Amino acid sequence: MGVLTDVWTWLTTASHWSGEGGAWQRLVEHLYVSGASLLLACAVALPLALWLGHIGRGGALAVTLANAGRAIPVFAVLALFMLTPLRSAGYWPTVLALVLFAVPPLLTNAYTGMREVDRSVVEAARGMGMSGGQLFLRVELPLAYPLLMTGIRSAAVQVVATATIASMVGQGGLGRIITAGFATYDTPQVVAGALLAALLALLVEGVLVAADRLLSPLRRPAAAGR
Amino acid sequence: MTSEPAAGNCLVANDWICGAYLRSRGPELTDATLQHVWITVLSVAIGVAVALPLALLVRARPRFAAPVLGLTTLLYTIPSLAMFSLLLPLFGLSAALVVTGLVLYSLTILVRNTLAGLQAVPEEAREAARGMGYGPLRLLWEVELPLALPALMAGVRIATVSTVALTTVGALVGKGGLGNLIDEGLQTTFKAQVLTASLLCVLLAAVADVLLLGLQRLLTPWTRARSDRAGGAAL
Repeated sequence: MGVLTDVWTWLTTASHWSGEGGAWQRLVEHLYVSGASLLLACAVALPLALWLGHIGRGGALAVTLANAGRAIPVFAVLALFMLTPLRSAGYWPTVLALVLFAVPPLLTNAYTGMREVDRSVVEAARGMGMSGGQLFLRVELPLAYPLLMTGIRSAAVQVVATATIASMVGQGGLGRIITAGFATYDTPQVVAGALLAALLALLVEGVLVAADRLLSPLRRPAAAGR
Repeated sequence: MTSEPAAGNCLVANDWICGAYLRSRGPELTDATLQHVWITVLSVAIGVAVALPLALLVRARPRFAAPVLGLTTLLYTIPSLAMFSLLLPLFGLSAALVVTGLVLYSLTILVRNTLAGLQAVPEEAREAARGMGYGPLRLLWEVELPLALPALMAGVRIATVSTVALTTVGALVGKGGLGNLIDEGLQTTFKAQVLTASLLCVLLAAVADVLLLGLQRLLTPWTRARSDRAGGAAL
């Protein structure tokens, strides 16, 4: 178990955390890039998915996109971006690759959420004379909310996890600790960086699950009943 | 944009699309593709072999459901780069490291789908088989697995397509199939190599998906008539 001791030593050495390229800086980079990507992806995917779900069209598109998205390696997209003039555009190659990665599942989940809304409820709302806008805001959106949030949560966790791959093309984030360790054959550093990246992803998942429990209007009664 | 195209030599001009690259590096591309294929096939095969007993265990003892499903979901949260790195002290720089990581990822979807397929087997079918004197093994092999096959195969398809994409990250330890070529092409800013390897990777995923769909149709001939009719109705 020599490696574990070395990993612990790496993690508890202050100089590994501070300064340029230290773990804190990498962590901030990681969160900044993930957050920006997720916001952009939501801004693109959610309005489109909600609109398509409202008018009830584009189901095939949503499913096809999700399937195609799974087949595209983020590493390849990043590598291609780094060979274009984008490479000198700071964090943009990573952000764009992550947006491309996150949009398909966000779109599919939000669309599914809208379509899973009980049709008889929608019909009843129409019968009560609700306009399209009222129907969307007061019936469809609240009922689709749990699935919508589940989709955003899983996208957030996957974005945080996938952002580590950016380091393989020389971009920032926690993955850099890992790739730097590989470059210098420093196994304790590799494992320490991997632990930090894995813990961050698990932490984000945990925080979002907790936030979802606290904030969701529809889940509260169910949680209280347990 | 270069003024002298060097007698159309796209390798010198470093073009994105380059026939000369395909001709001169054919063997290298074939080797990388083959490595990609066997890493993927091995990972998914081991994944199925591990997922099936886990799904059977969960079905037989429901109290294992929460820990097994929770753990496989948790594994999926771990970044691929971190997963491969955490396995480094155990496996060193080897293909076994990449395969192990990919197996762990595939379990998330495979266990879930296998379990869903097994649970969807109609109780009447089970009763009928038992009434005909089927033992538990024969019941599983001849009744339950065939009926669970569509759900299982749906899981295998998703797992395979994701695994083809994830294998590229194996370039971290030099065992990433086409990912190795992408990595190397990036280091040497060789555009044709990065683009060709990336496209081959997507193509590989698409071909695998179609082949598995064909295999599923072959293995479940009884669903064909039904889905053809449904397909016709949808059109």
